[in-house]
Amino acid sequence: MSEANNAHNVSYLEYKGQYKGLFAWIFSTDHKRIGLLYLYTMLLFFSVAAILGLLMKTQLIAPGYTIMGPQTYNSLFTLHGIIMIFIIVVPGLPAVFGNFFLPIMIGAKDVAFPKLNLLSWWFYIIGILIVLTSQFMGDGPPDTGWTFYAPYSFRTPTNVLPAVFGAFVMGFSSILTGINFVVTIHRMRAPGMTWFKMPLFPWTLYGTAWIQILATPVIGITLLLIIAERLMGIGIFDPALGGDPILYQHLFWIYSHPAVYIMILPGMGAISEIIPVFSRKTIFGYKAIVLSTMAIAFVGYFVWGHHMFTSGMSGRALYAFSFLTFLVAIPSAIKVFNWVSTMHRGSLHMQTPFYWAVSFIFVFMIGGLTGLVLGSLATNVHVHDTHFVVAHFHFIVFGGTGYAFMAALHYWFPKMFGRMYDMNWANLGWGIFFIGFNTLYLPMFYLGIMGMPRRYYDYLPDFHGGNIVSSLGAWVMVSGIVIIFANLIRSARHGEKTSDKNPWGGKTLEWQVDTPPTLENFEEIPTIVKGPYDYED
Amino acid sequence: MTVHRDDLGDKMGMWLFIFTELLLFGMLFVVYAVYRSMHPEAFKLGGDELDVVMGTINTIILLISSMTVAMSISAMQKGNKKLALTLLTITLIIAVVFLVNKYFEWGAKFEYGFNPGAPELLELGPGTILFFGLYFIMTGIHALHIIIGIALFIYVFWQIRKDKIHQTDYVWLENTGLYWHLVDLIWIFLFPLFYLIH
Repeated sequence: MSEANNAHNVSYLEYKGQYKGLFAWIFSTDHKRIGLLYLYTMLLFFSVAAILGLLMKTQLIAPGYTIMGPQTYNSLFTLHGIIMIFIIVVPGLPAVFGNFFLPIMIGAKDVAFPKLNLLSWWFYIIGILIVLTSQFMGDGPPDTGWTFYAPYSFRTPTNVLPAVFGAFVMGFSSILTGINFVVTIHRMRAPGMTWFKMPLFPWTLYGTAWIQILATPVIGITLLLIIAERLMGIGIFDPALGGDPILYQHLFWIYSHPAVYIMILPGMGAISEIIPVFSRKTIFGYKAIVLSTMAIAFVGYFVWGHHMFTSGMSGRALYAFSFLTFLVAIPSAIKVFNWVSTMHRGSLHMQTPFYWAVSFIFVFMIGGLTGLVLGSLATNVHVHDTHFVVAHFHFIVFGGTGYAFMAALHYWFPKMFGRMYDMNWANLGWGIFFIGFNTLYLPMFYLGIMGMPRRYYDYLPDFHGGNIVSSLGAWVMVSGIVIIFANLIRSARHGEKTSDKNPWGGKTLEWQVDTPPTLENFEEIPTIVKGPYDYED
Repeated sequence: MTVHRDDLGDKMGMWLFIFTELLLFGMLFVVYAVYRSMHPEAFKLGGDELDVVMGTINTIILLISSMTVAMSISAMQKGNKKLALTLLTITLIIAVVFLVNKYFEWGAKFEYGFNPGAPELLELGPGTILFFGLYFIMTGIHALHIIIGIALFIYVFWQIRKDKIHQTDYVWLENTGLYWHLVDLIWIFLFPLFYLIH
């Protein structure tokens, strides 16, 4: 190996390995390159799914046929859901920022199984390709919604099979990433980094990885059963053959509810990194955040029934699920108090990542509190399957995970690319996005309470006013997204070069290594003596 | 890159993977429990249709194969490459024999029209349909795991022959053994649930 290509002094972006060009990326086992592979894939598909969302909102700007008919609308919300859930938010922050920063933040040179890590990305890509075939082959795109509820998912003539199978394959990617991260965190922390000296982002990745390991197999087998049902008619979920479609809902939500914690926990971790840095203050209640993370990961398993309050369950089960749902809200609230207390009397630096983090808290609270409306039995019956639910989960999944993703991206961008983005454009993009986001989703709460059901391409004229506001909000929000992405893409290629190791004044390990990091991250593995957010010296 | 080696970490990864496999089958066992409690009579009659002799033979040989793969690991620890390879070959042969038995068992069920979607089965009512639906899906996924195990054995066999796996670096063999014990363990539960319970 020549001196110019030494793993210790060449950035991971310039390092020349065995392969050249595109192959140097798609066959790279470097955790940083794999993180970027996920990032590019996600940004591409996020753009596609956002456009689908925009088309749906445009359809809803007036009652009746505006730009599409019912079948098109059904297949659009199905594809929008499949892309957003399985391709973007479930892999989400762990796949991008977890891969890139977990090893650096715990003082390791790579994850425990680098080859397995690359295999995860390949499973992910193959899964995506299989899902995409559902759009172009067979009897038209699937129209079941991303939940594939039985018995419709094996009665509809549309091409459900590849969509289900693609989601199944992506499950492997999720499980393997989870196993990789758990082993990495157990075995590869730098000397001196005890569990309670580990930064919070790795902690949340740890909780997430356990959920990925423990919940994903359940969706795996459930999707396999749907495939078997469609191909052979084994009858497990088919009422005509003695099976029980409600059983499908149980199995589906046993995974898919913990999955929302797969989506949100790493987001909370990223926010817990950003807030102390831009407040120049030690995080308030480090251990409370750690324990509440693990509490969410644990209690999150036992609340799946709240998706099925109107499906038919015993009264006793309803009470239990409702109670547990209220219980799981507590650790999330603890985190909000921690973040706010960290900012209290801090020296606040108003920069782009901090704007995203603060607005995260705002929208996350709206999403969380409306979740309690859905979690209580009496109100749930009223708003179940209405736009209220749609608004709630967009506030949590998009408002929570999406904002946290953008916060993390703006926070770690200079470290990842060795270039700085244009702050003014970034702030402008954030402002427009934030206004558009709230204009889009807040009216949906109102529409839902008034009784507008979800998943219909049409609605009664009474709902027209709220829908006009909401649809205009969608256009504003997408304009914000365009500004943000254009700024980031331009900056990644032509932005001002920086080799400043620590542009924000962070204390965690990723701010002690080169910008951008060298192939092996550390020339010598550091020994950790202090806590991760030690601002009091 | 410096080569990072951590046998304990590798085994931990394998145990976590085994955990996911248990959950995957675990959900099928839950479905089985639900439908057995709903249709106890039909499940009993369904069980009577299965070939207990064939099932017992498969159980015994699978247990033996678990022993031979464990002995192969011990032989490798002691540096006896030849013995390790022999024992691995025996395990491999048993895995194939298991599949051959399964083929004949399934074949007989197909002949009688117990396979999902067969018109004869549809006449037997929901309990029997569910019993055979579960029988085929559970033993089918188990058989798939046997096939994956065979692929792993062939890979490990090859690596031992090339001395990539040797006395001081045999975690691949050990993990393959762990996986094989899991496949065995699942069968230990499948066998009584389908063949024996009355």
